[in-house]
Amino acid sequence: MLKMIYARMQQGHRTTKYPDGPAPQVADRFRGAPTIDVARCRDGCRACVEACPTGAVTLGGKVRIDLGRCLFCTDCADACPEHAIVYKNDYRLAVGVRSDLIVEQDTQILSLAAAMNAKLLKLFGRSLKLRQVSAGGCNACEADINVLGTVGWDLGRFGIQLVASPRHADGLLVTGPVTRNMELALKKTYDAVAEPKIVIAVGACAISGGPYLDHDQVRNGAEAVVPIDLYIPGCPPHPLTILDGMLRLLGRIEDGTERKPAGQARPADLIAS
Amino acid sequence: MSRDGAQTAAFTNGRSIELDAIPTLTLEGFEDAVLDAVADGERVAAMFGAAGERAAEMLLYVVLASDHENRLGVARTVIDAERFPSLTPRCPQVHLFEREIAEQFGVRPEGHPWLKPVRYHRSWTGRDAWGRAAHEAILPGVTEFYRVEGDEVHEVAVGPVHAGVIEPGHFRFQCHGEQVFHLEIALGYQHRGVEQALIGGPGPRSIHYAETAAGDTTIAHATAYCQVVEALARCQKSARAQTLRGVALELERLANHVGDLGALANDVGFLPTASYCGRIRGEFLNMTALLCGNRFGRGMVRPGGVGFGVDDARVAELLKRLEDAAEDTAVAVNLLWDTPSVMARFEDIGRLPKQVAVDLGIVGPAARASGLSRDVRQDQPSGIFRFAHLPVSTYDAGDVFARAYVRWLEIQQSTDFIREQLSAIPSGEVRVAVGALSPDRLVVALNEGWRGEVCHVAITDFEGRFGSYKIVDPSFHNWSGLAYALRNQQISDFPVCNKSFNLSYCGHDL
Repeated sequence: MLKMIYARMQQGHRTTKYPDGPAPQVADRFRGAPTIDVARCRDGCRACVEACPTGAVTLGGKVRIDLGRCLFCTDCADACPEHAIVYKNDYRLAVGVRSDLIVEQDTQILSLAAAMNAKLLKLFGRSLKLRQVSAGGCNACEADINVLGTVGWDLGRFGIQLVASPRHADGLLVTGPVTRNMELALKKTYDAVAEPKIVIAVGACAISGGPYLDHDQVRNGAEAVVPIDLYIPGCPPHPLTILDGMLRLLGRIEDGTERKPAGQARPADLIAS
Repeated sequence: MSRDGAQTAAFTNGRSIELDAIPTLTLEGFEDAVLDAVADGERVAAMFGAAGERAAEMLLYVVLASDHENRLGVARTVIDAERFPSLTPRCPQVHLFEREIAEQFGVRPEGHPWLKPVRYHRSWTGRDAWGRAAHEAILPGVTEFYRVEGDEVHEVAVGPVHAGVIEPGHFRFQCHGEQVFHLEIALGYQHRGVEQALIGGPGPRSIHYAETAAGDTTIAHATAYCQVVEALARCQKSARAQTLRGVALELERLANHVGDLGALANDVGFLPTASYCGRIRGEFLNMTALLCGNRFGRGMVRPGGVGFGVDDARVAELLKRLEDAAEDTAVAVNLLWDTPSVMARFEDIGRLPKQVAVDLGIVGPAARASGLSRDVRQDQPSGIFRFAHLPVSTYDAGDVFARAYVRWLEIQQSTDFIREQLSAIPSGEVRVAVGALSPDRLVVALNEGWRGEVCHVAITDFEGRFGSYKIVDPSFHNWSGLAYALRNQQISDFPVCNKSFNLSYCGHDL
């Protein structure tokens, strides 16, 4: 008993103050959203496109990077002879619309996810129960979702809880490219969640298939089976990126939602239709 | 080399060998080679199929590991493309390899006592070992499960979607009241075609397939892949790069072992250690991120060396964080051994006897907890482990406690190793260029991942591209160990037994 009390004192209080206080520091080598300096591109150079393992980088007049496919491996940036692509340290990456994950020179700053509509916010804003479905993938996304449940992050203080049954859930948290062997299980789990419900796709696999894009054995992400309300890119996303995305969906964080040029910002109620 | 007339070509971990130097044995000679080697205490590290010269035949390869002699042996034989006599009745540790070969190549191991699909996919050849028609859907987990019948015997089915944040798998328990007579585990839900996709490589995705074969084992799998490429390209990486790979590998072990001890505490309802270790695991992941920006080590290990170097300031920061985390870990973990209610739930639960571990070919901490001194870092060392020797941590009991305690011993060894390596890190380039791969060669790379032996085998074709690529995650060997350990246990002990092995679904399913 005394040892337990000593241990309790020795371990201290470790829960982050975020989002009320500053966010925990990510590593200096952490790779967040990239920026592209197209002015540096050489004519006819396709080095970045050819280096990319998942076809995330495309050239159609200008360089585009689809963060839904991106593994944040920086193979494109390393291949670029002019160092035109730079991965920055910003962990905020979650968006509500798939096309918002495409970075080009003009829209380098992501239009981050806005809050769910008022009706859903009333239902889920203070209590969001999610069932996690692992549908292929490598278990790294799952591992960093689990981290949010530890004392360091304490997901429960936001009213967010990962529950054991879809019958107890308000939505799904999907990881993995959706293997053919998990397709039916994902569909059945989705169907078992009562309406209204939301789906959050975590990681490159769940958004696009990730490294397994276009394999016969996978469905190239959750969208082939269920509608998605929040896309959290990364391979795997940092826990802070996942939490930031969830808190945006719940309207707890709002900065960065309307960073696109005026007129292009989306009304919030488009998200969770 | 010769052993009772059985011939295998001898080589070592991370060295390639010409295909022409691999003996093509008669089927009987091949069987004798495997049986004699296993009788001599060797292990089947890998067994796999490859296309033969003619459509009506195929090749069967075996890689044998002689742990006492720090040597590998490889042999092959030509078999009929429809069927071959199963070795499983005489050598249980090949049971899953033969099922895998049956599923991938549509060839039937005649006499296999448990011939069921492994990953529930269509074969690579168009033939089907179970005679299923091409239009017939292959549904995961749909197979004839072993059943116990009798009064009050009931079946419990769990998964593929589990209650926690866990990968998918299907578990069938045959129970009598609370007592489990038998557990059968059906996997394959995570199958995404990794081995097939590696054929024709190396390509831009190859290293990423290795890094995501099992996401919590990124460093060990990526290192094995890089050893394969470097052996085939005759590339000499620097001592500095090898040291940094070793540091990353041990950080991976620390994060997972600490996380597992926390999870074990959670499964017996001991929340202090559960919550402390959950947090401390994150500190170790963050140390990996300090090295390479990613908590799972993505981008750290690259062909020719490592993707990221370190300067003195980074090494100092890493060492400081290591000391802090090591102290927190010691306090959190030692609570387990001092708490009678925890020990009562750990001891004598989920026993895996030593001989069963030998017969099933169990690897990693699960093998060491059953008293086997089996560790690639000692037995088949490569990279930094040829120069820095870690003592092998074993325990004899084979129960949940032993698997937990071996982890604690390894946590201490790994911490010492990292501390030692970082305080005298050799100088040199962190990454060198890698040339083209040599054609017509075979290479085996073994690594002691945190769950046990990670094995990659590659065969290059005449153009120096991967003609075959075999990945054996430690989980592939160890899932059978978990099923065995559950026999005659209470079904309520499944979570703690399962966590004491903590096996990978994706590493098995590939």
